[in-house]
Amino acid sequence: MAEQLRLAKAVLSAQFARRVEELSGQSPYRCYQCGKCSAGCPFADSMDMLPNQVLRLVQLGDEKVLETGAPWSCASCLACEVRCPRGVDIAKVMEAVRLLALRKGESPVTLGSVPAERLPQIAVVGVSRKMTP
Amino acid sequence: MNSILYYPGCGVADQACSMEAAARGALAALGWEMEEMSRWNCCGTVYSLATDDLMRHVGPARVLARAQDAGHERLLTLCSMCYNTLKRAERFLTEDRDRLERVNAFLDDEPDYTGGVRVVHLLELVRDEIGYEAVEEAVQRPLAGLKVSPYYGCTLTRPRSAGIDDPENPRVLEDLLMALGAEPVSSPQGVECCGAYLTATSPEIARRRAADISRAAAAGGAELMVTSCPLCQYNLDTRQKEARGASGRGVPSLYFTQLLALAVGADPAMDEQVIDPRPVLAARGLAVEVKA
Repeated sequence: MAEQLRLAKAVLSAQFARRVEELSGQSPYRCYQCGKCSAGCPFADSMDMLPNQVLRLVQLGDEKVLETGAPWSCASCLACEVRCPRGVDIAKVMEAVRLLALRKGESPVTLGSVPAERLPQIAVVGVSRKMTP
Repeated sequence: MNSILYYPGCGVADQACSMEAAARGALAALGWEMEEMSRWNCCGTVYSLATDDLMRHVGPARVLARAQDAGHERLLTLCSMCYNTLKRAERFLTEDRDRLERVNAFLDDEPDYTGGVRVVHLLELVRDEIGYEAVEEAVQRPLAGLKVSPYYGCTLTRPRSAGIDDPENPRVLEDLLMALGAEPVSSPQGVECCGAYLTATSPEIARRRAADISRAAAAGGAELMVTSCPLCQYNLDTRQKEARGASGRGVPSLYFTQLLALAVGADPAMDEQVIDPRPVLAARGLAVEVKA
């Protein structure tokens, strides 16, 4: 974790941050890393990286964020969105990271990993849409 | 009899039939009738959060265009997810003429959507138009003494711009429960997500959430939880049962429409729950027979 968050010029790419900004409509640089999103996230305990740390990697333009599992444990519940003191819609940033991973064919979660069981139609449609690039 | 155009959505038509059956009966007792759209399609379930995929708003646009074509200015939903997706798509499309034109150009056999259909959730209709006083007057079996924990989930109140109530301190379910004679027990987990569609990819997350939410409700003294979304209901009922195993009793969960129906003397359609709510109700003198 510490290594992933270390400032290193080699991994900085402003272009990547701009792509996330364009796709999400959110400026990652508004975030001042207070951690309120992570404190209230009901899925933080299932994430390999906290939501504010995902934002931090995006600020740093670090494409390694595409390999993290955290955005795939985000359910777009918007608890962070209503609480962010800087008005960042973090769920949109998470969606942009998921879409960029999907579009590169590098998402860590795929529809094939959905266990075979009877599920409500809205769960199946919801997850299918979240996994469509 | 007042009438309002009604969009069921896949959840209600698939696994949440009881939510609708109870709503029909309860509304009839209150002098309202839901007129189902003659043709409808999936709302898309989740509102797209990306700036570049207009395509994903075509589903809700079709629904809105058909509502408008049928001459209606309002469209009622029972499911919170449908409410959220339709409400947000309506705003997204009408706040930018270019987006609306492009989606209309894509729509084939539907007339153009020009804006102006207001998406309304049943809880809003009850609060703002029917009114809690009228509900109180229609109550035949007060839910006296029944301690119920409102579970709002996410899509009914977030984001703030689309929600029907305050996202952090909503009241609408508490107020309805009081009108029905029940005792609302607000929970710190009442607005925290149940796991939603993660229940498909990561069922263990939904089980953990359902366990946390139901324990918080029980810790406040609640005997029952109440939901407004078929996916919340699935997670709080089925996933909670799985999390607790065969021995754990669990906190039963019902749709708000079912409690409304029960109180106004309509059929609460209680035949779908995994964790049976009937013993809790019977203990409060509210025995419910399940029709074969």
